[in-house]
Parts: sequence; C-alpha cells; structure tokens
Amino acid sequence: MTVLLLVPPVLPLLAAGLHAVFGWRRGLAWLGVPAAAGLLGAGIALAVLVSSRPRTGLGGFLRADALSAYMLIVIGAVALLASLAAPSYLAAEKAAGHATDADLRRYGVLSQAFVAAMALAVLAASLGVLWVAVEATTILTAFLVGFRRTRNATEAAWKYVVICSAGIALAFLGVVLLHFAARHAHVPASGALDWAPLVQHARALDAGVTRIAVALLVLGFGTKAGLAPMHAWLPDAHSQAPAPVSALMSGVLLSVAFYAVLRVRVIADAALGAGFTRTLLLIVALASLAVAASLLLAQRDYKRLLAYSSIEHMGLLALGTAIGTPLALTAVLLHVLGHGLAKSVAFLASGFVHQAVGSSRIEDVRGLLARGPLVAGCLAAGLLALLGFPPFSLFASELGIVRAGFDAGLGWAVGIALALLAVVLAGIGARTSLMLLGTPSGRPGPGAATFPAAPIRPAVPAALALLLGLAACAALGVTAWPLHSLLHHATAVLEGRP
Amino acid sequence: MTGTFYVQSLDLACGALVLAAVLVLWRRDLRAIVRLFAAQGVALAALVAVLGVHAHDAGLVAVAAGVGVLRGLLLPLLLRRAMRAGGAGRETEPLVNVAASLVVAALLALLAYAVTRPVVALEPSPATHAAPVAVTVVLIGFFVLVTRRRALAQVVGFLLVDNGITALAFLTTSGVPLAVELGVSLDVLLAVLVLRVLTTRMHTAFGGTDLDDLRELRD
Repeated sequence: MTVLLLVPPVLPLLAAGLHAVFGWRRGLAWLGVPAAAGLLGAGIALAVLVSSRPRTGLGGFLRADALSAYMLIVIGAVALLASLAAPSYLAAEKAAGHATDADLRRYGVLSQAFVAAMALAVLAASLGVLWVAVEATTILTAFLVGFRRTRNATEAAWKYVVICSAGIALAFLGVVLLHFAARHAHVPASGALDWAPLVQHARALDAGVTRIAVALLVLGFGTKAGLAPMHAWLPDAHSQAPAPVSALMSGVLLSVAFYAVLRVRVIADAALGAGFTRTLLLIVALASLAVAASLLLAQRDYKRLLAYSSIEHMGLLALGTAIGTPLALTAVLLHVLGHGLAKSVAFLASGFVHQAVGSSRIEDVRGLLARGPLVAGCLAAGLLALLGFPPFSLFASELGIVRAGFDAGLGWAVGIALALLAVVLAGIGARTSLMLLGTPSGRPGPGAATFPAAPIRPAVPAALALLLGLAACAALGVTAWPLHSLLHHATAVLEGRP
Repeated sequence: MTGTFYVQSLDLACGALVLAAVLVLWRRDLRAIVRLFAAQGVALAALVAVLGVHAHDAGLVAVAAGVGVLRGLLLPLLLRRAMRAGGAGRETEPLVNVAASLVVAALLALLAYAVTRPVVALEPSPATHAAPVAVTVVLIGFFVLVTRRRALAQVVGFLLVDNGITALAFLTTSGVPLAVELGVSLDVLLAVLVLRVLTTRMHTAFGGTDLDDLRELRD
C-alpha cells in the first residue's frame, strides 16, 4: 500500500531530479507528461482501493481516503494538460528571448516539485504536514511567478510570497491552537494533528479554543485559496506566471488549499455545530463573489480576467461548503474538477494568444476567431464552461449548489450569489466577445510586430491538451457516472461519516 | 528547577521576546532591526530551554538549541547578507510614526489578552498564562508587515509573526510534533531565501527596495 501512496509525490520528484541533472532538453521537456499520467493513474487506483476503507502508509505519515483520491485525480488531470502544453509554450518563450536554458531548467525542476508538493498535501495524514506542503507550494512557485524577471513579474512574485506566507502563518497559528485543544481532548500525542483521531475526538475539543483555531485556519488557508479578504496577490501572480503554471495554480493549487478548509470544516462542525463554519464561509463566499464581480466589470487585461474568475469560482466552492448538505458537497467536489479542467484550458489558450499578440491587454486583441480558430475556439469554449453553460460540468455543479441552497433555506445567499454571477457573466461576455469576434484590424499592441498577419497555430500536443480538457469537462457535464461512486464516498468523508 | 525560579525565568524570556518586538517598531535603522530580531531568536531559544529543563525533557532542550541556531544565527545572517546586497540603510518614513506605532503595540497587547482568554481558561498553568505575550508578538509582526515600506523590514515582520507562533506552540503544548516543526523551520528558511533573491532582483529592476515602487499591477 505504501508504494501506491508514494507514487503521486515521488514520480514528479523524480522528474524534477532529472530536470535538475539534465536540464530542459528536447526529449526531457516531455518528462512531465508520464509523471502526470502516473499520478493520475495512481489516483484512480487509490480511488478504487480506498472506497471500502481509508489506507495508510509510511508508518501513518500518508493516508488516503476517497477525498484524497479524488483530489489526486484533479491534480493529475490538470498537471497532464499543463505538461502537454508546456514544451511548446516554453520553446516559444525561449525563441522570443524571454528565457534562457538555465531558466528552462529551473522551470522543469520547480514545476515538477510543485506538483509533488500538491500531491503530498492531499495525501498527508496530518494537518501539520498538509500545512508544510501548502507553504512549500508558495516557495516553489515564487520563481515561477517571477519567471520573466520583468518589473511586473518581480512585483507579482514579491506580493505573492509575502501575502501568502503571512496568510498561511495565520493558518499555522490555527494549527498550534487546534493541537493544544486536541492534547486536552486526550488525543494521543503521536497523532494529535492527524485527521482520523481529530475527527474521532472532535466532540471533546474545547469549544472556545477550537473556535479561534477554526477561524484562523479558514482565513489562512482561504488566503492561499484566493478567497476574500486576502485575495490581493492572486490576480498579479496568476497573470504573470507562465501559462502552464497559471493553469496549475488556478486549476488545482487553489482547490488544494480549499481542500484544507473542507477537512477543517469536518472537525469544526463536529466540535462546534454547523452554524459557526457556515456563517464564516458564507461571509467569505459572498465577499469573494462581490470582489470578483466588481473587478471583472472593468477589467482590461484578459489574464487578470481569468484570475478574477478563479476568485469567483472559489467563492462558489465556499458557498456550496457553507450550505453543507450532501447534494451541495457533491456539487462542490464536481465543481473542483470542472473548474480545474476549464480554467486550465482557458489559461493555456490565453497563454498562446499572449505569445502571439505580445500583449495581455484586451483592447490589443481583436478578431481572434479569424486568426487562430482552434485556440480562439478553445478559449471561447473554456470561457463558456467557466460561465456555467451546458454541456460543461460546471453547469451541473452550479445547478446543484443553487438547488441545495434553496433546499437548505439559504435562498437569500444563493439569490445574492446568482445576481453577482449575472454581473460576472455580463462582464466577461462583454470583454471577451470583442477579443474573439471583432475585426482583426484593431489597434495593434506594443509588441505586436506580426499582428495581424501570422495565424496562431499551437503545436499538436498543446492543441490536444486544450481539446482533451474541454472534452473531459463536457463529458462530466453529460454524465458523471464514472466518478459516481468516488463522489459518493468523498461526500461521506466531508460529512464526517467514516 | 524550583517553582518560583521557573516562573521567573519563563517571564524573563517572554519579556525579552515582546521587548524585542516593540523595539523593532521603535528603531528605523535596518541593521538595528536585524540585531533585535537575532536577540529575539535567542530569547525564544531560552524560553524553550526553560520549558525543557522544567519538564526534564532532554529532547526539548535539544530543540531549543536548534531554535537558537536557526533564529538567532542563521536567519539574521541571511538578512545581513541581503542587506549588504540591497544597499541597506535606514527605513524611509514609515506609514505610521513611532509614537503612534507604540500606542498601537499597546492596543495589540490588549487585543492579544482578549483573544487568548479561552486558551488560558483551558489550562491555567504558568506557561499558558504567557500565551498572550506570544500572540502580542504575532500581532506586532503583522503590524510591521503592513506599515513598513522597505522590503527587508517586511521580511523581519514576517519572521516576528513566525517567532510569535513558535513561542505559542511551545508555551501551550511543548511544541507541535517534531516532523512538523522541522518542516516549518525549513519552509521559513526557504521563504527567507526566496525573499532575499527577490530583493536583489527588485534592486536591479527598480533601483531600490522601497515597496512604494510596487504599484504597476493594480486594477
């Protein structure tokens, strides 16, 4: 069992080691693909194995239940898309003089280690190790955000590290306090931060201390998940990072941080009743949706537009978690995967647009559909998926959250959320329709020497990544039956049922 | 170690901890700030050592030595190097002046006493009675983080937060599990290394490390 649990973090680490030794050569650039595929495969195998009972490995250090297996599948799927698109994206960066061989080597090492850290985060048996892994993702992605070394990239990287480290420090304060409460509830010292004993002894936790701890944990991991009020780093970091890293950060890293909130909620609800986390998450959810909607309306930069859309979707996840019925929790889980796929497609496509146009300003991009039908079509489909249109799975999951909200008597909150979603729809629709349609004779951007002449044609594997992501997202929207049993078991974990 | 001596040395270490944090608010010379941070690291190590000797726990005393090396020597050394590379000097006019900062520190201490009441109530021992002091250090660290404009001063703010949390962990439960503690220390060390490199890059890109220059990305 230990071997299977070790595969998800160790495979990307091996790839990182090979990049460190051999650099980013022709063949090695594809190393991420088998690593991600192996991670995905291990996730699926674990999903089958742990449906009956959770498994532990490495002397209780690693632990997988249905929820961990599900998150591994999300990480594997998005990492697969990102690693399919990365070689051609980085080749273009190098050709344009934005990156040297040393930069590419660093990209290979850091991006693979980043995936390994996320895999470790969802497999960690203990809240403390989860914290360490999440903080490690911040450190590993800092130089990926600052990849281009421009003023903007350096500024984004600085804000990213400072705000996320400070936010996650709050979460660590929560970990310390929860540890204190757990030791008083007679949780054995060796596993006082492990999920299983914490959930078992949750009812014995001191309410006063646990309340402070949970508030700090939600706020701290919420920072890393891009939830308001500590979201300020997200649009900068996600818009400055190279597209495959943006896809990973937006598509899964946010969800991995949110996974911590989901785990904490199980303990909190058993210790304090459902009211406390519900209020906390409702405030955070509506604030995030409001922030995203207001800043999307006048957005001039299409990468930042996608970043704000991530804040919106994290707000929806928080809303669904606040509702907390089985239907809502299943919808939240499905939304994590759907958002991961659609957002990575949108970020990858926008990355190719950015490389071709040389500007990330919306007004510099016109008539994309005429210039690169494939990339523009995928970007459009990805945006439609993110806006919740059928047949994509985000339609189903958003519908589930809304229905569950009305059933749970939280109609007012769902009503506000729907109004804000309408604003988001109007904002994104108005901004991007001009980008996609428009006349190609629009004002060329500063770095757009070739505009509008050269068509945008991504390499075959990159195009495959875009189409694969969209196809998976649409297939899940039509029928989620391959995931049915896994979603069922993962929802049970989220409800605190063993 | 007798009861009174234990409580006195505990209080002395905690006093030094919070005093160093308050003095960081007072001083503007970056070199002095780094020295104060090193002194706080030593105070934290002493605090852990006192707890370890009191509990007759040799492992905890060893951890204290580790804490001292990391926070009293290694991290200040890194900061000093970054200072040299970044052409250090004085903090430019902070957003809040010194007198107001000290008043805020007093208010933050009151806040810390208010929020840690459940912690003290759960186990009223001499160590947990010192928990508000640790939380005060955390809050002062956050205050430094948001009001200082020099990159290095922000890093010190982040490290003050971390020192405060570590102190709280040892005061409440003689520390989080060792594996976690090691991971946290490694993360903090790496975060400071990353920030050091970014400071150098900022210096080349902006010609200074004044964070007021960081305003290109906004909506």
